[in-house]
Amino acid sequence: MATNKPSPGRSTSTTPGTDAVIIGGNRIPFARAGGKYATASNQDMFTAALEGLVARYGLQGERLGEVVGGAVLKHSRDFNLVRESVLGSSLSPQTPAYDLQQACATGLEAVVTVSNKIRLGQIESGVAGGSDTVSDAPIAVGEGLRRALLAASHAKSLGGRLKAFASIRPGDLAPLTPRTDEPRTGLSMGEHQAITTATWGISREAQDEIALASHHHLAAAWAGGFFDDLVTPFRGLTQDQNMRADSSAEKLATLPPVFGKRLAASAGGAEPTMTAGNSTPLTDGASVVLLGSRAWAEAKDLPVLARVVDAETAAVDYVHGHEGLLMAPAHAVPRLLARQGLELGDFDFYEIHEAFASTVLTTLAAWEDDEYCRTELGLDGALGAIDRSRLNVNGSSLAAGHPFAATGGRIVATAAKLVAQRAAETGRPARALVSVCAAGGLGVAAVIESA
Amino acid sequence: MADRYLTAVNSGVTKTVAKKLGLPRPAHLRRYRAGDPLVPGPVLVLGGKPGVPDAADDVAHALLGWDLDVRQNADADTRWGAIVVVLTEITSPADLSGPVMDLGGALRRLLPGGRVVTVSRAAGDDDSPTLAAAREGVDGFLRSVAKELRAGATGNGVQLTDGAAPDSPSALAALRFFLSGRSAFVDGQLLEVGPAEAPAATDDSPLAGRVAVVTGGARGIGASIARTLARDGATVVVVDVPAAGEALAKVANEIRGTALQLDVTAPDAGARILEHARSRHGGLHVLVHNAGILRDKLLANMSPDKWDAVIAVNLLAQLRINDYLLGANGLSDAPRIVSLASTSGIAGNRGQTNYGYSKAGVIGHTRATARLLREVGGTANAVAPGFIETDMTASIPFAAREVARRASSLQQGGQPVDVAEAIAFLASPAAAGVSGQVLRVCGQNLVGR
Repeated sequence: MATNKPSPGRSTSTTPGTDAVIIGGNRIPFARAGGKYATASNQDMFTAALEGLVARYGLQGERLGEVVGGAVLKHSRDFNLVRESVLGSSLSPQTPAYDLQQACATGLEAVVTVSNKIRLGQIESGVAGGSDTVSDAPIAVGEGLRRALLAASHAKSLGGRLKAFASIRPGDLAPLTPRTDEPRTGLSMGEHQAITTATWGISREAQDEIALASHHHLAAAWAGGFFDDLVTPFRGLTQDQNMRADSSAEKLATLPPVFGKRLAASAGGAEPTMTAGNSTPLTDGASVVLLGSRAWAEAKDLPVLARVVDAETAAVDYVHGHEGLLMAPAHAVPRLLARQGLELGDFDFYEIHEAFASTVLTTLAAWEDDEYCRTELGLDGALGAIDRSRLNVNGSSLAAGHPFAATGGRIVATAAKLVAQRAAETGRPARALVSVCAAGGLGVAAVIESA
Repeated sequence: MADRYLTAVNSGVTKTVAKKLGLPRPAHLRRYRAGDPLVPGPVLVLGGKPGVPDAADDVAHALLGWDLDVRQNADADTRWGAIVVVLTEITSPADLSGPVMDLGGALRRLLPGGRVVTVSRAAGDDDSPTLAAAREGVDGFLRSVAKELRAGATGNGVQLTDGAAPDSPSALAALRFFLSGRSAFVDGQLLEVGPAEAPAATDDSPLAGRVAVVTGGARGIGASIARTLARDGATVVVVDVPAAGEALAKVANEIRGTALQLDVTAPDAGARILEHARSRHGGLHVLVHNAGILRDKLLANMSPDKWDAVIAVNLLAQLRINDYLLGANGLSDAPRIVSLASTSGIAGNRGQTNYGYSKAGVIGHTRATARLLREVGGTANAVAPGFIETDMTASIPFAAREVARRASSLQQGGQPVDVAEAIAFLASPAAAGVSGQVLRVCGQNLVGR
């Protein structure tokens, strides 16, 4: 299916003079919420990821072009999260940085942004990444208390202040914990995906199969040393805490459904299929990717794993129920392929973020559906099926966990190493398709090719 | 690792009490600090004959070249920073009496942290019985003198082989090492030095332009070796198992080196080390085999996995990596291999049959590796630490730890940096004449040679 050859005409039309190459990556092992990183802040984790990268590539004192990253659940104190992390790292304090946030696509969007600047010649090197913690999430005060406190601080007299405080009701004292519910629908991401899962008729068994493969693939990659140069331990955690090397279909089948229960009751139809086993757990972690121009990498004697070829971001109308919340990658990928003159089969590896096992399956099902591809994606027919043996070959978020903004960096570094290894084995270029869905009906896809 | 006893007997009331009671009083050792003088006072060079140009004059001239205050006549007032006894020209045991009596007369005025260094010739296979006796005797003499020294002073010997000149670059490099604070915890040792072309020893970045790999570099002695090699100008690659990556990254970032997460027992460890050193730093010149583990058990209770793990990490990994590097011509430009042995490998230690085997094995392969490296102008040596203050020794029960600490002439444990300094010396270009040797860093531990 795969041609294993860069398609003709592609590189000249869309690639400016400079390639943005992926030199390597680093992340800390991902921890389950409330686990080893319970007291680590986003800044602690991003700094740790950065420090491991600096150590691996000898970047001490180096002034990089830019460090870009972010966090989805972010304290207001972390307004300059990435810059503060740079200042706490061994990089030159003259390295600029900024925060970026696009929900779960934060890390991948950061990679796209940094590589675009490199390709434009605006910077020669950069780091892209992300960090997220649900254990150290910000907690805000309720709206009533917030308004009263603000009114008190604005009041000019003692009486005014007392009046403001007097307006506080006991109910206002309950803290607001961060929610990942969609603000416009009030539904959690899981409930949204349960609708999509039911729409596409994805079975429980198929979802459990994806989850099981994720754990087994990830465990095999760890055991084979794949992550030796992609991960640096942190706070005593040396491997992804969520990984279950001994997971089995039988064990997964015993788990009760957690999403889609209301849906099943109201519609009176589909059995709920989404469990804690085939949905990603809440996780803490951080990841970074080192990018540069070829010339920079060469001048610094750094390896080159792959290059970022192109990327596409899509958004879908999930608010009115027209499309599933996490279906944007289904739209982004065909547009990206068309621009690059590629077919869906032209890839050695597919890295599709496992927000839920069913996200992967609904996306694949959509691409295989003639009707959907014609009416929703504007294609002549089905985009096609992928060779499933090339999907998430070293595991993905179901096993590793999904610290929202850190997932993009994890996937990109993994994909870059995979294509580099494949190219070294076969002597031919290798190519990976990366896609990450995100809250707000967003999705980012990228093409990565061995360099 | 604080040695509270050492602090107590060197300060305040407890110092007075310890003195009155005649308790052992380990001294604060004189360790290398950039900018400090090489020795704490004038250097007395003994063993020469007045009016005749001889080896003692050659050594004295070399020392003058280091801007030292050098004398060849003892007087009654001077307090000596070091006493160098040149015995290369003795032909009979009868020749010893003169220089030895001179040394004895000057010893009381050796400053704290002072040094006694003998420069002699090793007994050779072709020596007459008389000559061999004269030369071999220095060994027992020096080790005995070292045990009589106090206040952090040490005694060591340079033993010339194969006609090496006393003022040849490597002989002087060894002499300089023994005189300096770098050898603070090396005591009662004789180091063989052969003839070799080498640059002169220097304190000014002796390892500049050299790429060094240190295995087990995340903590303890390994981290100290990495820091010391980096201080001496080397670009350092620190290697440790992936699980130790966090500490490894800290060390790498501190010394502006690179971290390589790697299990040294992996079949491709040598290839990955070489690939990293070459592609990232342009070559590999110094390899320090420091990675090692302990799995102590009495032999009667030893399990195969405990035995095998120790042999795999401490010995087989070194052999496999060396094989690969030598086969791939991976070490270049006067290469240096320094391996960590242990006094347990020399004297043996109860509960450490596996460890003792592995460390004695290191000594064995070092001699053989040295022969192989000679062909490419390189050296292989081993360093055998005694009781060193690390996390590992801190876990020894109190009483056993105190006994082990005091069971040396210096009556204290060494610091990781003491081991590191010895390795940095053996790794230096000036040490070209030192190969196949085991240098003990043990404060003249009472066990073994």
